[in-house]
Amino acid sequence: MSQDTSSESHSLHLLNPPLPFDMKLRMQQTTENDGSVQRIQNTARTKFAQREKSYTEAFGDRQTDVKTLAGQIKQHTLDHLDQYLEQFIQSATKSGMKVHLARDAAQARKICLNIAQSHGCKCCIKSKSMVTEEIQLLSALESGGIETYETDLGEFIVQLDGDAPSHIVTPVIHKDRESIARTFRQKLGAETTSDPEDLTEVARQYLRNVYRKADLGISGANFLVADTGTIVLCTNEGNGRFVTEVPPVHIVVAGIEKVIPRINDLSLLLKLLARSSTGQPLTVYTSLINGPTQHGDPVSTHEINVILLDNGRSNLLPAPTRSLLRCIRCGACLNACPVFRHAGGGHAYGSVYSGPIGSAITPLMRGVSNYSDLPKASSLCGSCHQVCPVNINLPQQLINLRQEAVTQQIPSRLESLIYRLFALCLRYPFLYRATSYFNKLFTRLGGISTGAHDQFSNRKWVKHAPWLFRHWTTCRDLPTPTSKNFQHWWILRNRGSSS
Amino acid sequence: MRISGYHHCESIPHGQHGFHKQHRSSIDLRIALFITCLADNYFPRSGIAVVKILEYLGHEVIFPRIQTCCGQPMYNNGYRKEACQLARRMIKLFRDCEIVTTPSGSCASLVHDAYPQLFTEGTQDHEAAVGLAKNTYEFVSLLKDVLDVDLTQLGARWEGIATYHYSCHLRHIISQADVERLLNNIEGLEYRQIESADQCCGFGGTFSLHYPDLSGSMVREKVRNIAETGAETLICHDNGCTMNIAGACRRQNVAIRIISPSELFAESLGLLERGAEL
Repeated sequence: MSQDTSSESHSLHLLNPPLPFDMKLRMQQTTENDGSVQRIQNTARTKFAQREKSYTEAFGDRQTDVKTLAGQIKQHTLDHLDQYLEQFIQSATKSGMKVHLARDAAQARKICLNIAQSHGCKCCIKSKSMVTEEIQLLSALESGGIETYETDLGEFIVQLDGDAPSHIVTPVIHKDRESIARTFRQKLGAETTSDPEDLTEVARQYLRNVYRKADLGISGANFLVADTGTIVLCTNEGNGRFVTEVPPVHIVVAGIEKVIPRINDLSLLLKLLARSSTGQPLTVYTSLINGPTQHGDPVSTHEINVILLDNGRSNLLPAPTRSLLRCIRCGACLNACPVFRHAGGGHAYGSVYSGPIGSAITPLMRGVSNYSDLPKASSLCGSCHQVCPVNINLPQQLINLRQEAVTQQIPSRLESLIYRLFALCLRYPFLYRATSYFNKLFTRLGGISTGAHDQFSNRKWVKHAPWLFRHWTTCRDLPTPTSKNFQHWWILRNRGSSS
Repeated sequence: MRISGYHHCESIPHGQHGFHKQHRSSIDLRIALFITCLADNYFPRSGIAVVKILEYLGHEVIFPRIQTCCGQPMYNNGYRKEACQLARRMIKLFRDCEIVTTPSGSCASLVHDAYPQLFTEGTQDHEAAVGLAKNTYEFVSLLKDVLDVDLTQLGARWEGIATYHYSCHLRHIISQADVERLLNNIEGLEYRQIESADQCCGFGGTFSLHYPDLSGSMVREKVRNIAETGAETLICHDNGCTMNIAGACRRQNVAIRIISPSELFAESLGLLERGAEL
């Protein structure tokens, strides 16, 4: 589908911003007052509640056990990744698929284009896949002269609008029905109301015609099963089946971390994936692809190509960060994250992968100094860890990244100096007491008293704090220390009891 | 038996965490207080309440006066070396204490979760860090899990409508439902739950200074939800959260008294006078 170049560059810019990435600047640009923040809040919260409910129904008080087990399955796979990848390649090749290895995005795009061109493909249909967003495949195909259509409803809307997905599972979480209807009217010339059923019908009619002429299908994969060579694809709209079955050539693009050891492991992982994403017991369609379709023909005309992509993933393989590759991209941590919800969704993160998992993997995949803003954008509240179906300790990973930033001397000299001086003061009791005293003295100078008489609760409030603390008082008052601190009380009391 | 720190769940066999209830049935304990830098300077009343309650229950409270800070600001912001120095100091200071209690969930969870990983496994430092982690209890969890306090039996009484802010760092320490049960054991207290109670208040230490807009938006939502309960008193379970929420309440003219759980318990047992201010 042709896009005007300006909107295409807009979407590329959203996911591939100028580096180093400035998150605050990005939030100013993306959280315009169109109600999108509130919409994202509402949708994310609803999904969060649906997840809670379905987890409780399915696993009761054994939720921690289930998540630990799933985490162990994925961790085990990653601990022996080379072995399982080889096994997958063997099994998949045996059942008639062609497996390609891509070191980076450029190589993956080239492999895709080569396959498409060798078959003379002209029209490509895509199912939803974050990894293809990551390697910017769509624009590469279009500039290679292959008309490409997103067939997932959300991604279809994003493509029409020249926008970028704002959530890894619900790409149009930032849009409302009215704006979608407007897009359909403008770009497809459809006469439609903003009723969801009408909108879906417009997309369906449009895409049916596309399916008929498509000669290339591109999908991602949710899991790659090593022992059977199976490609597992979970979708809710049925478009995945058109993409994988109708065109004669199918390309699967998948990260190397998608592999799991046994087909038996699916029973647990599938249950967790759907419940974590949307609260469904299973996705509406779960496709297990075991090789090209034979159609009763001894010589199949159907071809499946699997591209296994690294693109920075092996940076995460060292032990301290390996657990991040367990991620099954369910999006539960995004929905649970108050920062994601208040920041206006995924566009605030300047990367395909957003939310807590994005904050942890993007710096590792694309450079800690390029994305040092992301690990700081967390209150370390831990709700991401709590909901993660594969038990990734995301807050710990974010703290580790902050440590890495300090090691690489990314924070300003002033900041480092302040922390080091502060730490020094805390190492010596007399310095600690002096610091406490001066803090009390200076902050109380500028404070407004609340008039409590008890010296242990008498404090003042500062409306406009100076210097580094000015940000605190943009939205709240700053309390000062009380007239007397706890140490005073302890001394006074002991003096009293001994006399 | 409670599990004193999340990271120990797998590594320390059941029954080896800190104190066994049967071990101290009627013995009076020596309990060391780690007041934390914030409570010392900003919320001394919460520490005073801790001391009064423990002494009321017949235990001895010791307070090593040279204590300072656990190092959480350094650790959370990536200054590992500095955090290590402060951790070492804390470990040395409380080495001989069988029970250490603190009125702060985030400081307790730092001792539980971070201290052991700051040192290489197998070293003396690591062993000592694990020891301190085992012996450190957030104050409310100490009351519930070790001292087995029954507020009803003690005749706790506190008239008023209160709501409760569950701090994020308590996730691995005590559940919201457990604290709510304790609150409901106080006669006269009408408890009202905050909408989205488990949502972060937006403090996050230096997060509030790095991302003031995000943090502000989060705390405004929290204040809105607090105000909607119509409670007169907010029981706020961490000093960082208290600074944040109290400051935002003042800015938005939401009149509410904010106290820590220890202050509420002390007031309900008649150990502290009910003050008017935060």
